[in-house]
Amino acid sequence: MSWSAPDDIFFSTSLAAYLDKKLLVLLRDGRKLMGLLRSFDQFANAVLEEAYERVIVGDLYCDIPLGLYIIRGENVVLIGELDTEKEELPAQMIQVSEAEIKRAQKAEKEEMLLKGTMRKRMEFLDLD
Amino acid sequence: MLFFSYFKDLVGQEVTVELKNDLAIRGTLHSVDQYLNIKLENTRVVDQDKYPHMLSVRNCFIRGSVVRYVQLPPDGVDVDLLHDAARREARGG
Repeated sequence: MSWSAPDDIFFSTSLAAYLDKKLLVLLRDGRKLMGLLRSFDQFANAVLEEAYERVIVGDLYCDIPLGLYIIRGENVVLIGELDTEKEELPAQMIQVSEAEIKRAQKAEKEEMLLKGTMRKRMEFLDLD
Repeated sequence: MLFFSYFKDLVGQEVTVELKNDLAIRGTLHSVDQYLNIKLENTRVVDQDKYPHMLSVRNCFIRGSVVRYVQLPPDGVDVDLLHDAARREARGG
C-alpha cells in the first residue's frame, strides 16, 4: 500500500484523520467500545488505547476499563468521532457501578426471554 | 468499480445509510473507497432515542461490509447514466 500524501487524509476514507482521537467503536455483537485510536490498517483492524466498554441498559450506563485493545476489523460496524463540545449521553442517564449494570443486563435478558416465550404461547390466538 | 465510481460522484450529497444492525444514519457523504467503506460528516442518527451512545458523534467511518442500504435523494441520481454504465460493465467493458 502506498503512503498517502499528507492532504489525502482529509479527503479519503482512511482512518488516518481519526488517529489519536477519542472514538466510539460499534462492534457487530452490539458492544460499544471507546478509546484513543493509535493504529489501523486496510481491514479496519484497530488499536485502541485507554479503551473502555460503555454498557447501556435503559437509562443506566457503566464504563468498564479495558486497557490496550486490538480490534479485528471484521467485527467493526462503525467508528465515530466524538464531538468533545457535546454531551456524550443524554442528561437523564445515570452512571452506575459494574455490578449494578451487570444485574440490569441480566434482568433485561430475562425480560426478553420472557417476552419471547409469552409471544410463542399467544401465537395460536392469531391476533395480528 | 462501477459503484465505487458512482459513489465518488455522490460525494457532498445528503444520504441515509442503513446498517445491517438496523441503525440508520443520515449525513453528508464525505468519501468512499474500493471496499465501499463510507465516511459521513454532520451525522445524525434517525432514531436518536434508541441509540443514546451516538448523541455526540458528528463524523463517522462505516465499514462497507455492514451496510444494508444507502438511501439517496431521488433527484440525486442520473438513472440513465447508471443504466448505461451497468450495461457497459455487463458487456465486459
